[in-house]
Amino acid sequence: MTGFDFPPPAMPPGTDALRAEVRAFLTESHANEGWRPDSDFGSDWSASFSRTLGAQGWIGMCWPRRYGGHERSALERYVVVEELLAAGAPVYAHWVADRQSGPLLLRFGSEEQRQTILPRIAAGECYFAIGMSEPDSGSDLASVRTRAERTADGWRIDGTKVWTSNAHRSQYMIALCRTGPAGDSRHEGLSQFLIDLEADNVQINPIVNLAGKHDFNECVFEDVAIPADRLIGQEGDGWRQVTGELALERSGPERILSTFHLFAALVEAAGPGPEPRLAEAIGRLTAEFYALRAMSLAVAGQLEKGDLPEVEAAIVKDMGTRFEAEVAETLRRAVPVEPVGVGGSANAPSLEAALGASVLGLPSFTLRGGTNEVLRSIIARGLGVR
Amino acid sequence: MSDETARLIEQTADDLFSAESEGARKALAEGAWPERLWQIFAETGLAQAALPEEAGGAGLAAGLAVLRAAGRHAAPIPVAETMIGTLLCHRAGAEVPDGPLTLYAPPAGALAAQPAVREDIDAANLPRVPWARIATVLAVGAPGHGLAFLKPSDVVEGANLAGEPRDDVAVSGPPDRLHPLPPEVDGFALMAIARAAQLRGAMEQVLAMSLRYAGDRVQFGRPLKRFQAIQHYLAEIAGEAAATGAAVDAAAQAPNGFGFAAAKARASQAAGTVARLAHQVHGAIGYTAEHDLHHWTKRLWAWRDECGNEAYWWQVLGAHAAQGGGAALWPKMVAASGSAVAETAGATVSSEGEGR
Ligand SMILES: Cc1cc2nc3c(=O)[nH]c(=O)nc-3n(C[C@H](O)[C@H](O)[C@H](O)COP(=O)(O)OP(=O)(O)OC[C@H]3O[C@@H](n4cnc5c(N)ncnc54)[C@H](O)[C@@H]3O)c2cc1C
Repeated sequence: MTGFDFPPPAMPPGTDALRAEVRAFLTESHANEGWRPDSDFGSDWSASFSRTLGAQGWIGMCWPRRYGGHERSALERYVVVEELLAAGAPVYAHWVADRQSGPLLLRFGSEEQRQTILPRIAAGECYFAIGMSEPDSGSDLASVRTRAERTADGWRIDGTKVWTSNAHRSQYMIALCRTGPAGDSRHEGLSQFLIDLEADNVQINPIVNLAGKHDFNECVFEDVAIPADRLIGQEGDGWRQVTGELALERSGPERILSTFHLFAALVEAAGPGPEPRLAEAIGRLTAEFYALRAMSLAVAGQLEKGDLPEVEAAIVKDMGTRFEAEVAETLRRAVPVEPVGVGGSANAPSLEAALGASVLGLPSFTLRGGTNEVLRSIIARGLGVR
Repeated sequence: MSDETARLIEQTADDLFSAESEGARKALAEGAWPERLWQIFAETGLAQAALPEEAGGAGLAAGLAVLRAAGRHAAPIPVAETMIGTLLCHRAGAEVPDGPLTLYAPPAGALAAQPAVREDIDAANLPRVPWARIATVLAVGAPGHGLAFLKPSDVVEGANLAGEPRDDVAVSGPPDRLHPLPPEVDGFALMAIARAAQLRGAMEQVLAMSLRYAGDRVQFGRPLKRFQAIQHYLAEIAGEAAATGAAVDAAAQAPNGFGFAAAKARASQAAGTVARLAHQVHGAIGYTAEHDLHHWTKRLWAWRDECGNEAYWWQVLGAHAAQGGGAALWPKMVAASGSAVAETAGATVSSEGEGR
């Protein structure tokens, strides 16, 4: 039948025990480390938390043991990841490496790349930046102009990447570069490279975002020489590889959970017997979340089967990011709380600060990882009208 | 139930409804009961699909698949009412009467005061009972009041926006029979999930029609589907339909009051958006009586308000979610869509939660 089904996957045995284990770990971690809960995966960077999580076996969960992985299913990973986000744990440091860079290397990387890097990611000590966007290439990713030229003993890279989150605190970037003519499809002649941000003389210039935080950067490559073995996969295969990477970037529960801590705060503020209008507002979010979580789980079920559900993931991210915004808007309207941001007040109670962080964060949710307009075009293609 | 059985049942239903519904709608519009469609439906045993396997059915999910097909083809017979009526008879240990069934099932809050289902009160007026003119009228009451087989003394014919019979029923005299129902069986919530499944099917049809039309209709020298605004409308329709389907599937997999409420709320919310955008895509031709689109958009507009509209179910869910404070929200959400499948004929959203 026309349209898209999201069949509920059968959860592997032991899921409930795993969930309970993660919850117990998080309760203890929160009590000991005192992190401020924020469900946005990009809220807090904590190398020590990431290392602890790695020691628990909850990074690189689905990878082979010989690369430091744990050979768990995609659904088990889903359970761990959604519990981490719902609790608002500081997961940013390892997030990109665990979600997309590691899986990309596992699928396309050389044996040497896998052996040297994947175990460190799984240990929670190796972090990655995404080198896709450029000053003149945003949604139109195929138009990237950063060039990689073959040299006698490797490659030379010239160009500029921008909006590169965490380039200043990650060991590696995976950069999409032009290595040949674009061809009629515009998708030929692209290749991905592993760039060592600590060693390769990339100039990293901070860009402060509107919330006053330094998360993303401009990365300038001027005659940066890198060894031959840094090519990832096949020369010219970059578009196919990056498309798979983007499907992973878009498919997880972080696209529906970014403001879950505010949802919980709303429920807390409402008290046990909310008046009908407030109950209605909470119920609306509840119904939407019920549907979104079912869809998001179904996507994980498809990943588990080895499919890369690009269109389904686009649907979830488009609707999920709008839901995330609706949570903050509902809280704002329902509870008399004024959001505060940087410099607002050092003593701001946590709800004011959390709402402030979300109000300032929301514009990015519907941009990062592909804009909602681009997502809708992907859905339209899936419907056969593009 | 195996996936294969489920697929077969859905295919049988789809074949039947797709072949017979158009003619049946014409018959109904002329005031006739679609006898032929009903007969085949009854013979194939599709009304029993939602029963548990040991009772000769294939489970709630299979029943909802039949209802999805009924919605997809706008089948003008009381499929949902007969199916849920059959399920309630089973839960009450009552023999299932022949012929179409219908159900008077008011919302849980209104149940206690509902006289029709109490043996001690013998007069009531029951508004907008689907297909009462032709069907055996059952009624469910508050917990403990059981399932009643009513003896209507008068039926005043009416219809919903889509022209489906919704009749006012007067009852005088005690019910024919009254069977106790297990207290957790919530007839209203079961009708809600049934309507949600029909809404889902109707949305699929509306999406299919919109895609077809956007491919055929040419303006400015291009088919409409080449315009990005239209592409994005189509993507949104598909998204709303998918969210509805996911909620219904999740509620079928883990049947409980929370899931039923969420699925109907999500379906009712989606219905308005889907109908609005589909009409926008179709232009004036879609606004005519001649074009088929309205058979489905009118059902979307009618069904979203039947069996509790989104605001009703949002309030039920919101009141439930608010109990236990912010820290309980996440565990509650996870438990509601838990993968444990319990065979059940519905449950109320209780204060303790939803695991059953
Ligand atoms: C917080 C944050 C972190 C990020 N981190 C990274 C990172 O780590 N690495 C990285 O590579 N990138 C990163 N990005 C960049 C992100 O991927 C881009 O912002 C995104 O792809 C959009 O590109 P753009 O900003 O150039 O906007 P543009 O592409 O210029 O788009 C501007 C507007 O036009 C719309 N538009 C563009 N093309 C079309 C079209 N064909 N049809 C309809 N509408 C269209 C867009 O949807 C958008 O609304 C990050 C962005 C943010 C906000």
